[in-house]
Amino acid sequence: MSDTLPLSITNNRRLDKWLRFQPDRTVRLAVGKVEIGQGVLIALSQIAAEELDVDLARIDILSGDTRDAPDEGSTSSSLSIEVSGRSVRLISAELRARVLGRLAQRLNCSADDLTIEDGAFLQDGNPTGHDYWSFAGPEDFAADITGTAHPKSPSAYKVVGQPAPRRDLIAKVSGAAFIHDIVRPDMLHARTLRQPSRGAKLQSLDEAAIREAAGSPIQIVRVGDFVAFVGQDETAVQRAAVAAPNHANWTGVRVLSPVQQEAAWFRDQPADDRHLGDPDPPPAGTVVSETYSRPFVAHAALAPSCGLAEYRDGHLSVWSHTQGVYPLRNSLADILGLPRERVTVRHSHGAGCYGHNGADDAALDAAIVAMQMPGHCIRVQWRREEEFGFEPVSTAHMTRIQAVLDDAGRPIDWTAEVWAGSHVQRPVFGGTMLAHEALPNPPPPAKANDPTEANGGGGTRNAFPAYDFPAKRVIHHLALQTPVRTSSLRGLGALPNIYALECMMDELAERAGVDPVAYRLSLLSDPRARHLIQDVASRCGWSERGPVGTGRGLGLAWGRYKNKAAYACVAVELDVDQDITLRRAWCAADAGLVINPDGARNQLEGGIIHAASMTLKEQVTLDGDGITSLDWDRYPIMKFSEVPEIEATIVHNPDQPTLGMGECTFGPTAAAIGNAVAHALGVRIRDMPLTRQRIAAALVR
Amino acid sequence: MTIDLIVNGQHVTVDADPTTPLLDVLRNHLDLKGTRYGCGLEQCGTCMVLIDGDPTYSCARETASVAGRSITTIEGLGTPERPHALQRAFLEEQAGQCGYCLSGIIISAKALLDRNPSPSRADIVAALDKHLCRCGTHTRIIAAVQKAALMGAPLLGAPA
Repeated sequence: MSDTLPLSITNNRRLDKWLRFQPDRTVRLAVGKVEIGQGVLIALSQIAAEELDVDLARIDILSGDTRDAPDEGSTSSSLSIEVSGRSVRLISAELRARVLGRLAQRLNCSADDLTIEDGAFLQDGNPTGHDYWSFAGPEDFAADITGTAHPKSPSAYKVVGQPAPRRDLIAKVSGAAFIHDIVRPDMLHARTLRQPSRGAKLQSLDEAAIREAAGSPIQIVRVGDFVAFVGQDETAVQRAAVAAPNHANWTGVRVLSPVQQEAAWFRDQPADDRHLGDPDPPPAGTVVSETYSRPFVAHAALAPSCGLAEYRDGHLSVWSHTQGVYPLRNSLADILGLPRERVTVRHSHGAGCYGHNGADDAALDAAIVAMQMPGHCIRVQWRREEEFGFEPVSTAHMTRIQAVLDDAGRPIDWTAEVWAGSHVQRPVFGGTMLAHEALPNPPPPAKANDPTEANGGGGTRNAFPAYDFPAKRVIHHLALQTPVRTSSLRGLGALPNIYALECMMDELAERAGVDPVAYRLSLLSDPRARHLIQDVASRCGWSERGPVGTGRGLGLAWGRYKNKAAYACVAVELDVDQDITLRRAWCAADAGLVINPDGARNQLEGGIIHAASMTLKEQVTLDGDGITSLDWDRYPIMKFSEVPEIEATIVHNPDQPTLGMGECTFGPTAAAIGNAVAHALGVRIRDMPLTRQRIAAALVR
Repeated sequence: MTIDLIVNGQHVTVDADPTTPLLDVLRNHLDLKGTRYGCGLEQCGTCMVLIDGDPTYSCARETASVAGRSITTIEGLGTPERPHALQRAFLEEQAGQCGYCLSGIIISAKALLDRNPSPSRADIVAALDKHLCRCGTHTRIIAAVQKAALMGAPLLGAPA
């Protein structure tokens, strides 16, 4: 582990910001990371319980609250356990050491003589009559965290590394559990009329016709080109919003064309060009080049976004399923002209988002209306077509691989050239919030931006191969503009780049006349990666893989997320007739120390199915005034009858640092499917999604 | 107008426009929040309820059309204190990620187990195929329904 303190601690130095012993013999653990479906809160609770030596049931966790919890930025990029988990471990160990040190002084003994059993202090195994709740005091907390205490050795773990059930699921299988279910005093329901595009101006709005469609009384709130329908009857405001686009006249609406929905469109667009890696031009030799792509894809959360806001006594309180309460608070304060200390944002559970979807925008919608109607709680619920039509989508992405081969067909030089829009446009990252663009003083256009290479890159994420090629370079063309708003979705560029890399490896192996697994292993020295590939190859029956072109395919791919987080290898067996039928998937992952193995396996399986859905089915379509894939018929995702049987295992590696794993299966799954389809058909499909039309086109090529 | 319904075994009367979606009546008039809005288009299954035992989308169903009929929501199966076998099985399998799809899925699973106490995997998949799960928890959900079936009778949890 690195010697520097994690960012979560340097931004929140005081112990009492994180931990508190409560009178009911529980431990309040406050964290900035939020639950978005991965079980992060139970994992962080396990870490605190382990280091403090209290029962897991005593940990009372508070997350995502700008008044009462630390600022840990956004819950993203598979960093929750790597960064927040490491922080909670250091902080809990430090508090334990401080309290025990003081008790040792009191008892005139060595701290080594003291142990803790479920929060009670023992001396040489005998009760001391003291425990955290009776003994710990302000003097233990009134200090900055130094990070100097020694956490337990993994070999001593009793709670970490064991499966632990999540606490939030019970509500989710029995009743109210989500932000959508909150009922507040003086609550009014609201829906919006969306500005069709940035810069569009509302010329006229037939309010009478909309009121008639609503059927019962509503209020119409207008601020600039932002319009909301507000009332006590949710059904009425919904009807108003459904009717409204037909009674609104806009000018200045940008017009889109289906040409723009393909990644290849970016090839001719103005871009910010960067050259990374080996500065020299490729040497002479046998050059093989192929181009792979993924279109725009949606987060497509199962629940349209929701936000609640109330403005009372000069203070704005907001509830949101955002990934980052502090960044959202700062954006809201800036846009609405409020001091930050007069805005509180609290996290409440939403549907799984997998990145920057409409959550933050719905919160701004609610806040704008709340500022116009003080004293009410405004509940904005986005409609299905609103979520599909206006959430930021993940950019289309094209990767061209060019390999220079030696006489044995092995790469001696590798170039990945990427064309894509911004993979991250969070408001704190150069992006804009949706309703802000409709307000009287709209922000300047979003600036094209991507995470730095130190943060894993965006379009360049996983573009550098981890193989032992003598020379590697990446050329990144970051498009200055995108036809629709784009932002982060699970893995950013990792899925399209690993698809390109690992499909190309199969193509090169075939060219060299070498088995694809053997070809990979001959070019890969990282022992952890080799172990996973050998494990999955053995489990999936790779050595008995059938001939090419029978309609049955078996494909394999691997990747290390961001080239520094968790490793995963995935093999997929499928049949191709007119459509692709996934039969089985095998996966092995290495994430170092795993806090909650059951939760981790859930993440691996979920990533495989999500990636398979994206690879086989998903594409945001564009035409006319915007996105046209506005419902589940036009944006189909994987169904129960389409998921394969999955066998996911995790390498036991507790002495290695924890590596973020929420996104590690994503790219390998896509590439394993691509390779299996090529094995089944004998022809390669390089553009996702691998639809029936693309299969038919490939077969007549 | 007033509309009479039987919800989770209780006779209730609501005052609502007859075309109000049943989903809105359940959530806003009766405060039963476990039935969820996902699309309003009968495409995703988060709003599934039982009407006289049959799994039915509630998001686009006009309330007056189910007057006098028996409606079961997730709250009618069990409570956190007294969970139904299906709810227990989902917790034991940790068959959820974000959890937004689960209440609708459990409703369809209940209808399945009520008519077929020993379903095959294919039976379960067929019964759940109208439900979307975005997190990719499908295989655990199938396992949870299989586990609930193995728990066997009595499937009833708390009295409604």
